[in-house]
Amino acid sequence: MTKLTLGPIAYHWSAEARSDFYARIADEAPVDDVYLGEVICSKRAPFHEAELPATIDRLERAGKRVILSTLAEVMLKRERKATDDLAGIDAPEIEINNAAGLFARGRRPHRIGPFMNAYNEATIGWMAARGATHVCLPSEMPAPAIAVAARAANDLGLGVEVQVFGRVSLAVSARCYHARAHGRTKDNCQFVCEEDPDGMPLRSRDDQPILRVNGIQTQSESYLDLLPETPQLVADRVTHLRLMPQRVDMVAVAQVFRDAVDGRLSMSEADARLAALSGDARLSNGFYHGAAGYRRIAMAAPV
Amino acid sequence: MSLAELICPAGTPAALRTAVDAGADAVYCGFQDATNARNFPGLNLTPDELAASVVYAHAHGTKVLLALNTYPPAGKLDLWRHAADTGARLGVDAFIVADMGVADYIAHAHPQVRLHLSVQAAASSPEAIRYYCESFGVKRVVLPRILTIPEIRQIRKEIPCEIETFIFGNHGLMVEGRCSLTNYLTGQSTNMDGVCSPASDVEYVRDADGSMSSQLAGFTIDRFGPDEKAGYPTICKGRYTAPHRPEGYYAFEEPVSLNLSRLLPELIDAGVHAFKIEGRQRSKSYVRGVVRAFRAAVDDIKAGRKANIADLLALTEGQKQTQGAFETKKWR
Amino acid sequence: MSIHADVNTRPPGPGRTAAARLACVLIQPFLSRVVHRTAARHPSLFARLGPHQTTDFLIDPVELPFALHLRPDPEALVFRAVPRDAAPHTGAAIRGRFLLLLELVDAEQDGDAAFFSRDLEVSGDTEAVVRLRNALDDIDGSLAEETAAMFGAPGRAMLARLRRAYLNDTKGQECI
Repeated sequence: MTKLTLGPIAYHWSAEARSDFYARIADEAPVDDVYLGEVICSKRAPFHEAELPATIDRLERAGKRVILSTLAEVMLKRERKATDDLAGIDAPEIEINNAAGLFARGRRPHRIGPFMNAYNEATIGWMAARGATHVCLPSEMPAPAIAVAARAANDLGLGVEVQVFGRVSLAVSARCYHARAHGRTKDNCQFVCEEDPDGMPLRSRDDQPILRVNGIQTQSESYLDLLPETPQLVADRVTHLRLMPQRVDMVAVAQVFRDAVDGRLSMSEADARLAALSGDARLSNGFYHGAAGYRRIAMAAPV
Repeated sequence: MSLAELICPAGTPAALRTAVDAGADAVYCGFQDATNARNFPGLNLTPDELAASVVYAHAHGTKVLLALNTYPPAGKLDLWRHAADTGARLGVDAFIVADMGVADYIAHAHPQVRLHLSVQAAASSPEAIRYYCESFGVKRVVLPRILTIPEIRQIRKEIPCEIETFIFGNHGLMVEGRCSLTNYLTGQSTNMDGVCSPASDVEYVRDADGSMSSQLAGFTIDRFGPDEKAGYPTICKGRYTAPHRPEGYYAFEEPVSLNLSRLLPELIDAGVHAFKIEGRQRSKSYVRGVVRAFRAAVDDIKAGRKANIADLLALTEGQKQTQGAFETKKWR
Repeated sequence: MSIHADVNTRPPGPGRTAAARLACVLIQPFLSRVVHRTAARHPSLFARLGPHQTTDFLIDPVELPFALHLRPDPEALVFRAVPRDAAPHTGAAIRGRFLLLLELVDAEQDGDAAFFSRDLEVSGDTEAVVRLRNALDDIDGSLAEETAAMFGAPGRAMLARLRRAYLNDTKGQECI
């Protein structure tokens, strides 16, 4: 059965907001796997590290599988140490997002995160031979490449995950763009990113909403929505569908995906509900169809 | 002291010969397809051109490095494998790679050819670099442009391979190999197709007052006043508005180029083996000017003289230059 | 004097138009010889043009009385002088001072740098312009010298004079 996963929170939500969020996810959301941990900014990690054991416990008691995700960017001493520490953990599982994590993990089992650039069967084969048990494909991959990669990963016994909801990570940098917008540097950012729990919107010179800034990360303005594409993803042997936490009712979002994937809800009804749940955010699926990522491509035939 | 090799861009055979004649220790180039990260229209080399270029470069004692530094999407690996086979057959001195699958293929199929780790692999820690060295026998890493000199010095102590750093040219802001900004607006991918703000999607529109808008796929990325210096139409160098910045500002970076000419002695002292000049998409005139200037500077430093670096400001984007992250971590 | 003023203003006038037409007629045999000779000596440039061999380019030297229409189709080369008011609708246009354009062709100047400084203006199909630039940049030697040499000593003398005039002119600008 196709599993639903909840990706790690990309934003700087307060410890309280996180703890409330995961309590609800544990009790109500029909997701199978939950990824925890700070992936974007190592400065934020201390704010929610203390809550982590309780959150893991809460989710596991509710029957969820918990996976800890490592940082996407590893450069500073504290980032190297954080990665090294996570790589030493035996349980829960870990998802690695930087080659520094692969180095520290060695051949012990691990998941490959979306920042690892597992674009093709040769790379996936290499990773599998080195202990990868599961791979999350890059969000910009088009359908034909997903199909080939998923088949290869499946044949090697790996789980295959694709993001199907939420803002897409478009870039990461060493520089903090939240700090820059407020005339600060990364070292004295004063955690101004906390003000934007769904990212800071950027508009182009002709006033079109275009990107979101989340600290060192740049995200899509639109929410990725591959709900109409899920039957094809499943047919192509994608085993896990990832929902990225946004400032919307994520329990309801997960329910819509679960019901649609299980055939309890027609695709058109499910898509209408998802659009309503997403509020003002535009939905997009361009990457999947080999088009500009921000675009919304209608399916050629109803499924 | 390290070798302080000068690694120079070659977008065409003529530019390659220009770089060789101007004193390049090595040139880097790519084929006319998605296998390299400067897959721009009318640029790069055919296999026949590469064959002749390798002969020319080697006759002058210059090495040729072939960039195979993009990420093959599943199902299309043969293009990359074939490019590697061709490069090996034509006698290139090293491959510059980013994808683990491509690196693994070359390590097995062409073990006699050196592997350099592209900046597109974004290996910014000793652990990441050691992963690639131990996995694929990488001999040199091209460091991301995000590290300070003390950080580079520290990395040098902890890795078993040579270090190459950029010293001049386009100042990439995003972690290379992790950027889908172009694909988000245009449908062409930097990682998979080797493009960045493809010319086919760029339009410059002159307004009545003499100002110019640069548009990418219909989005106005920037607007330059009549007397304002311009930059490339890349998303990371665009001007945007944000809730706190209604006036519009460079959210990521201004149009500016990297120029580390003043830091060369420190970089050599930190153990950097090779200096890379960005700009395969630039003209012979750029290649000639920049390579000559850095050749003279490196030779001066090696001879214990004070380097007198020529003014390269005119060739920089926005006609502004920066030492970026190399100088101070305040850049971050 | 500002270059941008030059790039942006092209006042037409009845007298100027007639002079422009005459200039076009006079220069045409020269242009035809230049383009055919270049094509014969540098056939590789057509490969770099790719699909834009059949694109119409307007090359607009702002201080000359006419613009140039280029269609680098190896089957039917077009390179002709046209009065600005009668210029055809082209796929791409490149504007700048004549000697700057000449130096770009000869790789004496960097096109990106000229673009950054706003001395060079590009409109229309950007890919066509990039391909033309890359095609020309892959030519070894100097097209200007080759062309001047076609006209012997007087041609070379004229080119040298043009260059001196341009150098003096741009030096003047830097002082402003």
